[in-house]
Amino acid sequence: MTALATPQEQSTLELVRSGRARRASRRRLVLVILVALIVAVFAVSLMVGQTFYTPAQVLGVIFGQDVPGATFTVGRLRLPRAILAVIAGLSFGLAGVTFQTMLRNPLASPDIIGISAGASAAASFAIVTLSLSGAAVSIFAIVAGLGVALLVYGLSYKGGAAGTRLILVGIGIAAMLDSLTNYVLSRAGQWDLQEALRWLTGSLNGTTWPQVLTALIALVIFAPLLLSRSGQLGAMQLGDDTAGALGVRVERTRLIVIISAVGLIAFATAAAGPIAFVAFLSGPIAARIVGPNGSVLLPASLVGALLVLVADFTGQYAFGTRFPVGVVTGVLGAPYLIYLIIRTNRAGGSL
Amino acid sequence: MTESHELVAKKLTLGYGDRTVIDGLDLRLPPGQITAIVGPNACGKSTLLRSMSRLLAPKGGQVLLDGKSVHRMPAKELARTLGLLPQSPIAPEGITVTDLVGRGRQPHQGLFSRWSRADDVAVADALDATQTAALADRSVDELSGGQRQRVWIAMALAQQTDLLLLDEPTTFLDVSHQIEVLDLLTDLNRTRGTTIVMVLHDLNLAARYSDHLIAIADGTVHAEGDPSAVLTEDIVRTVFGIDSRVIPDPITGKPLMLPIGRHHVIAEA
Amino acid sequence: MTEVIPRSDSGVAAVRRPNRVRFLWLLAVLVLLVVLAWTSLVIGSRDVSFDDLVAALGGSTDNLSQAAVIKRIPRTVLALIVGAALGLSGAVMQGVTRNPLADPSILGVNMGASLAVVTGIAWFGLSTATGYLWAAIAGAGVTAVLVYVIGSLGRGGATPLKLALAGAATSAALASFITAVALPRGDIAANIRSWQIGGVGGASFESIQPMLPFFIAGVAICLLSARSLNSLALGDDLAASLGERVAIARSVAALGAVLLCGAATAIAGPIGFVGLVVPHFCRLLVGVDQRWLLPFSALTGAGLLVVADVLGRIIARPSELDVGILTALIGAPFFIAIVRRQKVRAL
Repeated sequence: MTALATPQEQSTLELVRSGRARRASRRRLVLVILVALIVAVFAVSLMVGQTFYTPAQVLGVIFGQDVPGATFTVGRLRLPRAILAVIAGLSFGLAGVTFQTMLRNPLASPDIIGISAGASAAASFAIVTLSLSGAAVSIFAIVAGLGVALLVYGLSYKGGAAGTRLILVGIGIAAMLDSLTNYVLSRAGQWDLQEALRWLTGSLNGTTWPQVLTALIALVIFAPLLLSRSGQLGAMQLGDDTAGALGVRVERTRLIVIISAVGLIAFATAAAGPIAFVAFLSGPIAARIVGPNGSVLLPASLVGALLVLVADFTGQYAFGTRFPVGVVTGVLGAPYLIYLIIRTNRAGGSL
Repeated sequence: MTESHELVAKKLTLGYGDRTVIDGLDLRLPPGQITAIVGPNACGKSTLLRSMSRLLAPKGGQVLLDGKSVHRMPAKELARTLGLLPQSPIAPEGITVTDLVGRGRQPHQGLFSRWSRADDVAVADALDATQTAALADRSVDELSGGQRQRVWIAMALAQQTDLLLLDEPTTFLDVSHQIEVLDLLTDLNRTRGTTIVMVLHDLNLAARYSDHLIAIADGTVHAEGDPSAVLTEDIVRTVFGIDSRVIPDPITGKPLMLPIGRHHVIAEA
Repeated sequence: MTEVIPRSDSGVAAVRRPNRVRFLWLLAVLVLLVVLAWTSLVIGSRDVSFDDLVAALGGSTDNLSQAAVIKRIPRTVLALIVGAALGLSGAVMQGVTRNPLADPSILGVNMGASLAVVTGIAWFGLSTATGYLWAAIAGAGVTAVLVYVIGSLGRGGATPLKLALAGAATSAALASFITAVALPRGDIAANIRSWQIGGVGGASFESIQPMLPFFIAGVAICLLSARSLNSLALGDDLAASLGERVAIARSVAALGAVLLCGAATAIAGPIGFVGLVVPHFCRLLVGVDQRWLLPFSALTGAGLLVVADVLGRIIARPSELDVGILTALIGAPFFIAIVRRQKVRAL
């Protein structure tokens, strides 16, 4: 079909090819920088702290050697914490941007449409009323998160789940669940309350390897599933009808995507608590640095990981008191969130 | 050159919920020609188009492409043969023209989409055909109505389908852009043999630009055929409920419908 | 006079009934309120007999039952007032924003009031009821403006969805701030938590009194805005062509709504969904004429909150379930039902 192209056609072809190459290289650059930054902050968070450990010592611990002093601090405290920060950040970032892309609105974050609220309510209930801890709480949180997502999806499905309805129903359910959480907390004894609050604000303190594993499993299963749909998600941005016309199985893709995103969020929340705003912010931030060039999924997950790493580190050492990572992302994220909302609403409201 | 495909509806019944919009409709879209579908508001034109492109499952009857039921074909395979430009497509904020046109290559790409030279050629080809190459790096948001519509058509073209269905492609455009788009579609049909099916509001434009005109009313085909046979005073009255005079258009010779209202009617001598 | 049956955007037929029917409904609601008030005085962790009730209302405190009644009077009064405030402010917000999903909690206004109060307590040592009131109203006002501005930027103005999202996002942001402020302050954390649920439990006439001026002012402003709201319902352009000063009318009405929900939140904590559900329900009874809808919403809101309070006392005997929880549990399903019914336009 290509045969002999006319000069005009050839120049257009060149235009298209060079444009694509340019954008691809920018994208590659951004990804490389993000990964480099993540590695850097990861390393710093392993080395820096109340005691400083040299890279050699840190590497030693990673490779299983017994380095006096470092093995405990780095191996048992900092390493699982940093790894969970990365995994949770990747999960939140990826799930968040997926929801925002699918629902065509950057404000439609899983934070808002009930999943976090469900996990929180279940966790509070488990901690305060059932006096559970550790893995049991996580299981509760996961099941509740998945259950709420199912409920919201089911309630908003009227011959197809319109994005608008999904968001609004989610907001309603979230309100119910928040009030449940408040109720449970109001009845809590002092110690349970502390424990529940700690969970609710999103904290990486005292991360254990089982927690890391929980989050890792979900990441390994759901992330590839999502990333493989990035092309179809991109088509769905053009509207359900246009996407259908391009051969995308809209309802099926939506289902797979929602299940994966919800799975990521539920497991990450169970492991690290609902770290505020990471799901919200990663997508828009990634969209700004990558530009309108192709899928934002991977960049957003990397941004998420970076956000959580940085927030956790600053929360520990930058202020007088130790703030859990959720508070840092919450407080620093809130103004940026408002700014983003203003900016996107002004321009028309999609990623 | 495109191959010719036959798109046929047999006893098609469509509706939403309890409401039936199209009832027992039989239709054959002539391959290689431009077909226009007209009808009063809410008569089911969009619904029909959506069903023929597999977006809406029929309550009864079937849609057949070359004898095979459209709803049993894999979605991607259909999307390589039949393209649809729906009524209000959404352009993500900040997307460039080239990027948007590139989305049209979706049905030709695998799971972890890899861009090939064929994809680039298709995009370039589409840009040239719609004369939007000059706009390639511009953001779609900034374009005029006519330009934007041409870009959407380019996206549908990049799909490289033999059939192109368009749902009201000219409704929100001013007159010069309407003509621009319709002329473009005619070019595509004449030079590439693409079968074009479009829903139009404007009866006169529909009569002018189509080879085959279909009038839909009350959920079924009321009349179809050559525009001069379909755009008659009787049919206009039955389908649209309005009196009119139909005269030959002095520019194209095709039928021109002039509606008769209650005012400003020159008394017949 | 011909009866017109207009269809509103949501697909619900809003029937304008003749005034006769509306008067009947009004009477019915008033009677219901009296019944509910009586129920509230009688039911609780200890049920009270009719004789004791009458005696207590007469002022005697001979036995425990009568004492219980005496204690419940301010609580009932507060529930009525707060409910009326929330119902009315919700109706006004829906009118001002032309948005069937507007409500102080959904728009994040409650959260703004909360943040102001919490910050006041934690950083400025606020401790008087009047102090809380002013802080809450200021917080509510700022948040309302913020959310409205954010939600109305861009295509389509303040669509229900954009406003709800702006409200939810702002709520989330403000909640983070509340956490950040309250977390280091273990001393006040328990106080804040119990206030945040929203309840009318510890009411006394002393605590209600400071709120009254705000309540009265708010009610007056809202009711007087009824006619303007009717014009605004037609759209800004049309309202202006009918001689309405759109910006002023809207600001005044919003002020009234903010006064009401700020005051309500200051006293009883953030209570959600009353402002959302009540106007919808009233619309079914009396139609969309604001001159009827507003007073009705106030009365129905009052009734709803009393019902929620009574239920809270019955369900969780011998302790009680705070009213804020019940309104959320009852109100959210209503909200979802409303959302499902609306013809939702895709973004």
